[in-house]
Amino acid sequence: MSDQVLKASIAAQSIAQRAIPVTILAMLGVFLLYGVGFAQPDVLHNAAHDGRHSFAFPCH
Amino acid sequence: MIGRLLTAALLSGVLAGVLISVVHEFTTTPIILQAEQYEARGASDQAVLMRSDEISGGRFYLAHDGEDHAEGEETWAPENGLERTFFTTLSNVITGVAYAALLVAAFYMRGQKMDGRTGVLWGVAGFVVFALAPGMGLPPEVPGAMAAEVSARQTWWIFAAASTAAGLWLLFLTRHAVFNAVGVLLIALPHLVGAPFAPLGGNVPPELSAHFVAASLATALVFWAMLGWLAGASYERFVLRTETDG
Repeated sequence: MSDQVLKASIAAQSIAQRAIPVTILAMLGVFLLYGVGFAQPDVLHNAAHDGRHSFAFPCH
Repeated sequence: MIGRLLTAALLSGVLAGVLISVVHEFTTTPIILQAEQYEARGASDQAVLMRSDEISGGRFYLAHDGEDHAEGEETWAPENGLERTFFTTLSNVITGVAYAALLVAAFYMRGQKMDGRTGVLWGVAGFVVFALAPGMGLPPEVPGAMAAEVSARQTWWIFAAASTAAGLWLLFLTRHAVFNAVGVLLIALPHLVGAPFAPLGGNVPPELSAHFVAASLATALVFWAMLGWLAGASYERFVLRTETDG
């Protein structure tokens, strides 16, 4: 399978066809990122504490 | 399609999260533990709300924190040692999957050929978006560092990341000069607006804080390079190849 064909097969899909999976995936990413890096409940904060500091999410 | 995209994101995110946990264990985590000693020591002689905490022996909240943490209130926190390492690894794996989902979404939105090597370039862009740009205004903090109110910092962090991501996309992935120029503006915008102001004079020695900034940014680059390669390679394997094989 040549690169040209690979490229064409995804590019041929309409923007709308691609928009739905992109939106679902982006929402999943944002949801997880919020929970692990931003949510303020103490239990979540304490569990993810060292990870939040290492990844430089605003903490405390 | 969504299943194949999720497979690529999960696989690369979990792997990158586990690998960076090993790196953190020897780089950033020892500095965090050391800083907590100063954080605990300083908390006793400052006008701050104390909260007993088994991890650090006392974590303080600045007086202007604005949050209600009743004195003596006990909340669960993982025990030092294996339990703490486990929860740190778990949170790193979730961070890995979150960033992998965003990266794979970007690959698919772009809709072009992808492999591990191209993925590394996207990973470097992820590093700029989620570590370097927010870090310009809000340098990675050790526990006990002085900082502005947390929700203001979070808002600016998200603004910096989103604006930089949109800016890089317009600068590098569009061919119109006007779009490119808007891209440069969007990258500069969060820094023109400026991050929330942090007071100076925390209890942690500046040398230790400086060491942490270097360690956090360096390990972030390692993480994003690994995630970029892993996400690019698994996208090629699970999304592109399956698609063309029928």
